[in-house]
Amino acid sequence: MSDKETMLVQKISDGTVIDHISAGKSLSVLRLLGNPQNRGVTVALVMNVSSSKMGRKDIVKVEGVELTDEQIQKLALIAPLASVVIIRSYRVAEKKNAVPPKVVVGILSCTGATCISVREKESVQSIFSLAGSSPLSYRCKFCGRVLSEQEISAQLG
Amino acid sequence: MSRDAWSGRDVLSILDFSRSDLEQLFDIANDFTERPGSVKKSLTDRIVATAFFEPSTRTRLSFSTAALKLGAKVIDLSPEASSVMKGESLPDTIRMLESYSDLIIMRHPSEGAALLASEVGRVPIINGGDGSQHHPSQAMLDLFTIQRLRGRIDGLSYAVLGDARYARTATSFLYGLAKYKPKAVYLVSPEGLRIRPEVKDTLDKLKLRTEQLEEIDDVLGKVDVIYMTRIQKERFPDPNEYERVKGSYRITRSTLAKAKDALVLHPLPRTNELAYDVDSLPNAAYMEQARLGVPVRMALLHLVLGERKK
Repeated sequence: MSDKETMLVQKISDGTVIDHISAGKSLSVLRLLGNPQNRGVTVALVMNVSSSKMGRKDIVKVEGVELTDEQIQKLALIAPLASVVIIRSYRVAEKKNAVPPKVVVGILSCTGATCISVREKESVQSIFSLAGSSPLSYRCKFCGRVLSEQEISAQLG
Repeated sequence: MSRDAWSGRDVLSILDFSRSDLEQLFDIANDFTERPGSVKKSLTDRIVATAFFEPSTRTRLSFSTAALKLGAKVIDLSPEASSVMKGESLPDTIRMLESYSDLIIMRHPSEGAALLASEVGRVPIINGGDGSQHHPSQAMLDLFTIQRLRGRIDGLSYAVLGDARYARTATSFLYGLAKYKPKAVYLVSPEGLRIRPEVKDTLDKLKLRTEQLEEIDDVLGKVDVIYMTRIQKERFPDPNEYERVKGSYRITRSTLAKAKDALVLHPLPRTNELAYDVDSLPNAAYMEQARLGVPVRMALLHLVLGERKK
């Protein structure tokens, strides 16, 4: 983040900064993280700021919470360009990029009405494998249908 | 592949089998066809279960016949008269069936059902059709029929006519052809029945070149095999879509006048897309194709279960 951007919200002592979220997706990111603000966690959103890399982007700061690797993988499903910075005592402790997981279990839903993962969803977990990174797409293990980036965002957003 | 590699294997998709696997299968099927008296009862003391969650005539009966000819006993789950009607899940049904049998042959209206069953169960699963996706034993017998009647599969020109979108037989046949070197493959369908994107994607990866056409007349004179499918009303998510495309193609005796000696294959049953006046032409190979379903499925059961330790 540039100094200009950091002026928009105060620095956090400990927690996570998620940068390079596609503009308009920050609320989806919060939902994906289980809406930590509802548990009393301090959250700051910066929406639609200019970015040399992305044109426009969103930023999310979550105080006192460090994202797990699993959460970062899920994050990649709706913000594949996101970078995650873990802050400890006002310093950058770790930097990680959101990398789309090769296999996603139980998070996405197949769009095929006749897919067994849809018809037997009580007894079967959906399983998708990464089909493409840019744009992001995932293939259903059971019926082979491919979910597009827009469909993934619509499901998780 | 050696027989050991076949032994105990699930048969979910023809994509999982190499050309040499298929050649091994066809050699045994050929033996069973040529010398039916020499068939050994390799499935004696075995129990084969059939579980067809959607209607079937040829697949169910030819598998049952094949199992009986090899000495197996056959039990049948009738979903309409079982706990399936009480809402029992597929995984629970498969766990029950596998405790009663050594191999399960199943058909289900949902894509991926056989794959799911194979992950739940320990006994081999043979996919007798899952939704619009796979029907491996049908594709195997289709290719075997061509091999028997034309002496080869390579170097021939093929037209796949009809519903390439929802017909699992057409999809599986194309996946099977991708193991060989056809001279040309024409896909002849109205726009609403063209192959699904994921199928096209798979064929591209397998380097099977296809050409999409609207009318069979354009290629009748140059194909060696016409593979037809029925338009399956039950597969259409929208009944209006079915109404738009039904009756959009039909092969009759007069259509075939330009077709020289092209074989006509059809997985059957037929509706009105294949006229009865074709039956007496030398082109009509579909009844022989149905007949060869038994030796191919015998070979399949023999390879998967015949020498497997209990």
